[in-house]
Formats: sequence, structure tokens, C-alpha cells
Amino acid sequence: MIWLTFIMALVSGPVWAGEAQPLGDDPAVEARLKHLAVELRCLVCQNQTLADSNAPLAEDLRREVREMIVKDMTDKEIVDFLVERYGDFVLYRPPLKATTTLLWVGPFVLLAVGGTVLVITLRRRSQKVVDVPVTDEEHRRVEQLLTEGGKHS
Amino acid sequence: MNRFLLPLSIFVVVVGFLGIGLTLNPREIPSPLIGKAAPEFSQPQLYEPEKTFSPADLKGKVWLLNFWASWCSGCKTEHPVLMELAKSGQVPIYGMDYKDQRDEAVGWLQRWGNPYPVVGVDEAGRVGINYGVYGVPETYVIDKQGMIRYKQIGPLDPDTVAKKILPLVQQLESQ
Repeated sequence: MIWLTFIMALVSGPVWAGEAQPLGDDPAVEARLKHLAVELRCLVCQNQTLADSNAPLAEDLRREVREMIVKDMTDKEIVDFLVERYGDFVLYRPPLKATTTLLWVGPFVLLAVGGTVLVITLRRRSQKVVDVPVTDEEHRRVEQLLTEGGKHS
Repeated sequence: MNRFLLPLSIFVVVVGFLGIGLTLNPREIPSPLIGKAAPEFSQPQLYEPEKTFSPADLKGKVWLLNFWASWCSGCKTEHPVLMELAKSGQVPIYGMDYKDQRDEAVGWLQRWGNPYPVVGVDEAGRVGINYGVYGVPETYVIDKQGMIRYKQIGPLDPDTVAKKILPLVQQLESQ
């Protein structure tokens, strides 16, 4: 009985070892999957890419993408397949379209506005700081304040 | 006065944008499938696995396709709403058992009631992917021509049914 258990343990060893193997066997397919998956958003955990996420849907989508790679579809065909179903949201980099102009152009508009405001403000300030003539009387008073610390004022 | 006017107006604009942002739900991703033909499928039925369920069988009808699962808590929340809607007979609700186990799904419907005339089984979640499902429950309104007209993300509630689903169904029925 002990021997039987021992033999069984020996036999089951390789089976356990097999479990840790990655799902895809072809390294070329896996490399393309990885390359695509970092550009695709996981719909469930929205700030993760498809490559990072362990959500069941992400696993399913990776399986789907893997199958499309094996079918020799181009990257564009695969991405279009997902966009048709989930919309542009699935893309980590939103495409430049009429609806996303603000998203793409907005930061530059803000930068330009900020820059213009900065330049205008600086120019105004330099205009304000002009030489104001100091009279002799004022000069003496300043001198007095500096030496005596303003005790008599 | 003028000194404060500009920062104040910027503040008001920012508050306005943030206020709008608060009313939006980032979980709700607009579906690109609205106004497009409902993706075809032919899935085994839950109760009679030898029979299939396909949207082609329902051409000429306005119907709802509800993705659900026995493991999904939102489905339990919306279930009474579906039961009520099914009882009213205003629109048929067809079920799609998403990534579930057959015996558990049958048990769930036995326990809570079955609002569906037919339930299809999508064990691998492939139909779900074709419909852009990213979390159950999700419900689609499909018109007589087999076009998707509305997608509900998350549980249906009585308010949504009364204000969105039923008016839309009536409008589609009259077409």
C-alpha cells in the first residue's frame, strides 16, 4: 500500500508540472498577443490593459485574440474586430476623430492659453516696474530709517 | 473686481465640467452595436440542449436578449423586474446563460422563477464577445428586422423598464 502511494506520487509529479505551462505553445503567437494586448483595454478593470488583467473577460478576449492570430489575421483586422464590438474604448490610445479632437488638442490649447497669459502678465509687470524719481527729502528719510531703525517715526 | 473675475469664471467652468462628470457613469461604455444587426448565433438551449436558439428564429418580433448567469449578483437584483415584465406579456425576454454551468443555471431558475420562453447557453462567452458584453447582466432590445436598438448595461430596474424599454418596444412594435 505504501509502495502504491509512492508510485502514484511519482506518476502524478509530471502531471502537476504540466499545469504551469502557458496556454499558448507557439512563442511567435504569444509575442504577437503580448504586443497587441498592451494596446487593448480590459473592459472590466478599466485602467488595466488586456495583457495585465486577470478578469475572466480579459482571459476570454486574450483567447479570442490568440485564435485570430493563429488564423493569420492582421493586427488591424484583430483590433477592428474588437472595436466593432466594444467601441473605441477598447483601445488604450484613442483614435483621432471628430469626437476626440478635444481630447487630443485640448492639452495643447491649454498650453497655448497658459503661455499667452504668462507672456502678457510678464510684459505688464515689466511695464509697471519703472523708475520712480526719488526726491532728496525722501532720500534723506530712507537714510534716516536705515541707520536709526525708524525709532523716531 | 476685474482681478477676481477671471479666476472666478475659470473656477465656474471647471466646476461645471466636474459637475457633468459626476453624473456620468464610467462603467457605461456606449455600445457601437446600436443601430446595427444583432450578431447571429446558434446556441444550444438550456432545457433542451439538442435544440438550438438563434436570433433568426425571432425575425419579425420585438424581443429582449438578456445575458445572465447564476453566479451573477446583479442578475439576482434585476430578476424580479424581469419576472414582472414577462408576466405583463408586453415583450418576450429571451435569456442567454453566460459562462455558467447548466445544472446551476437550471437550479437558479427553478428557485427564483423563469421569465424566459427560451434560454440559450453561452458556455465559452463567445456570443457575449460578439455582443460586446463586458459584465452581466446586460440586456439588448432587438427590433423586427433583427437590429439592436438599445443596450442596458447592468441590472434593469422598474424605472428604466417603464421609461425606456417599454416606450421603445411600443414604438418598435408599431413600425
